[in-house]
Amino acid sequence: MTTTDHSQATADAAHTDGAVIPEGSRGERFTSFDVDAFEQPTPRDEDYRFSALRDLAPVLDQADAPVDGAEYDVQAPEGVSTGTLAIGEAPRGTVLVPEDRIAAIASAGTAEALHVKVPADAQVTEPIRVAITGKAASRSHIVIETGTHAEATVILEHRGTGAHAGNVEVIVGDGSQLEIVSLQQWDDDAVHGGTHHARVGRDATYKHVAVSLGGKAVRLAVTAEYGGTGGSAELLGLYYSDSGQHLEHRTFIDHNAPKCHSNVAYKGALAGKTARSVWIGDVLIRAAAEGTDTYELNRNLVLTDGARADSVPNLEIETGEIEGAGHASATGRFDDEQMFYLRSRGISEEKARKLVVRGFFADLIQQIGVPEVEAGLMREIDLELEHFEEEYAEETE
Amino acid sequence: MSTLEIKNLHASVETPEGTKQILKGVDLTIRSGETHAIMGPNGSGKSTLAYSIAGHPKYTITEGEVLLDGEDVLEMSVDERAKAGLFLAMQYPVEVPGVSVSNFLRTAKTALDGEAPKLRTWVKDVKSSMENLRMDPSFAERNVNEGFSGGEKKRHEILQMELLQPKVAILDETDSGLDVDALRIVSEGVNRVKEDTGLGVMLITHYTRILRYIKPDFVHVFVDGRVAEEGGPELAERLEAEGYDRFLASA
Repeated sequence: MTTTDHSQATADAAHTDGAVIPEGSRGERFTSFDVDAFEQPTPRDEDYRFSALRDLAPVLDQADAPVDGAEYDVQAPEGVSTGTLAIGEAPRGTVLVPEDRIAAIASAGTAEALHVKVPADAQVTEPIRVAITGKAASRSHIVIETGTHAEATVILEHRGTGAHAGNVEVIVGDGSQLEIVSLQQWDDDAVHGGTHHARVGRDATYKHVAVSLGGKAVRLAVTAEYGGTGGSAELLGLYYSDSGQHLEHRTFIDHNAPKCHSNVAYKGALAGKTARSVWIGDVLIRAAAEGTDTYELNRNLVLTDGARADSVPNLEIETGEIEGAGHASATGRFDDEQMFYLRSRGISEEKARKLVVRGFFADLIQQIGVPEVEAGLMREIDLELEHFEEEYAEETE
Repeated sequence: MSTLEIKNLHASVETPEGTKQILKGVDLTIRSGETHAIMGPNGSGKSTLAYSIAGHPKYTITEGEVLLDGEDVLEMSVDERAKAGLFLAMQYPVEVPGVSVSNFLRTAKTALDGEAPKLRTWVKDVKSSMENLRMDPSFAERNVNEGFSGGEKKRHEILQMELLQPKVAILDETDSGLDVDALRIVSEGVNRVKEDTGLGVMLITHYTRILRYIKPDFVHVFVDGRVAEEGGPELAERLEAEGYDRFLASA
């Protein structure tokens, strides 16, 4: 088990884990809508050195881009308006300016972006659903906007096959509450890349939940900045990587305003000889962001030999006048002592493994707060485990 | 009536320095209703005996037999041993994050019985057992051993023993790290289960203190991987007065 826990990190003890020294500040990254402004990445690039570059090729290649975007199915409860936004049509492009080639491709490849708008003061109790079905190559850009003091939940479902480059641009209105759940339930051969970026308004509450279970390669950048003081951003993630899967999540919280809060918690399980996961968690507390309170955590549970989890928390602090800043990262092997304890009470190996894995994810799932998603996830995890038991039985025969 | 027979048991463990033989021929028979105290200095192999019987993968049995009512325990998997009627109360119970005590207890009971317990009687049994062990009802909703104090962990072990009703229980240093009040509560629990179910108990301890509360029928002094001397309760009194020195000198 490897662990880092620097809950007491302060301005003069700011540091970087995992021997990764970023070039310059995370906040000074190049941005552009022009795909060609981003070079084709190589494994030597810091931002791609943990990535499944070969698998991601179709979402890094502009030539493959279709003109017809992606197939959506949108279910919007009453009071929610949906429409489209052309390239350059505000608010599209006001919050999400691509930071990497995949995001630029997703943006440039989507002529008409889906625009979901929750008007001011609306309390939408029923989740808004956007189902995206992959095809050979698809691109999407979705703009989700809440008006002042609105409350809403959006569930994005990704299913099917193919290569999908998709962005989600989120404008969380002042004092509003928005939760986005992005479910990656792709077929085994699908490839998915993109950026989900939010600007969290004054006193607004934003929660983003990334659930990556399917797909051959997934590379999601989930990022947030603030549009005013008092904002709160919570980025939660759950992934389960089997053999042949490479699931990568790159979170970034840009504390660019005072008195804002953020919490990042990603947990993953890996089962199978070639299972891979990557979590890069960047937090930047700018000089202006006095009174910031932030914590980020990544935990990985490695069920079998051969699986590999990379976990790199980065905390950059430009002011000492903060409430708190901490991070924790731990990657542990499946605990034989836990198994022995449970089995010594008569619980079978399979059932014990299920208890431990369910238990590992339980606190995270409880934080999602969308009952149907929570219940569905426990079922999905059970299915992943059943699949694992079958493979495991074959391997040990 | 059950009998646990340990015959000429040898066990080793892999260490960075190579294979280390820890058990060097243990002979011991425990019958229902009997309490056997296994006493010995640190490093004598007491815990290895407990874990070897329970089937911990760390230990390799190199020779000997363990039979429960004539059935070969060493052929069984860890959970099969529990199903056969063995129970090990651990010295250092393991945390299981995200799994509540009530879920854990019900899952174990269901696994042992092959069917889920009748809800109404089960809830009542859990409640009264927890009350007897002076455990707050909120305990049931906490995660297994997570943030438990030393005393809470041991009470939780005895709670399991009471609810799972084994034929033979091995208590591995259940007294260690307990203050006098907790020791009394835990000991009362063991005595109650003995009275109610008539189970056989192998009580592993370093100190004689717990034997004031749980009366052993037999005392075995364990030195260097085998039983060096056996006797009745009076042997414990002698150990209290003399310590283990005379065994260590000869070992």
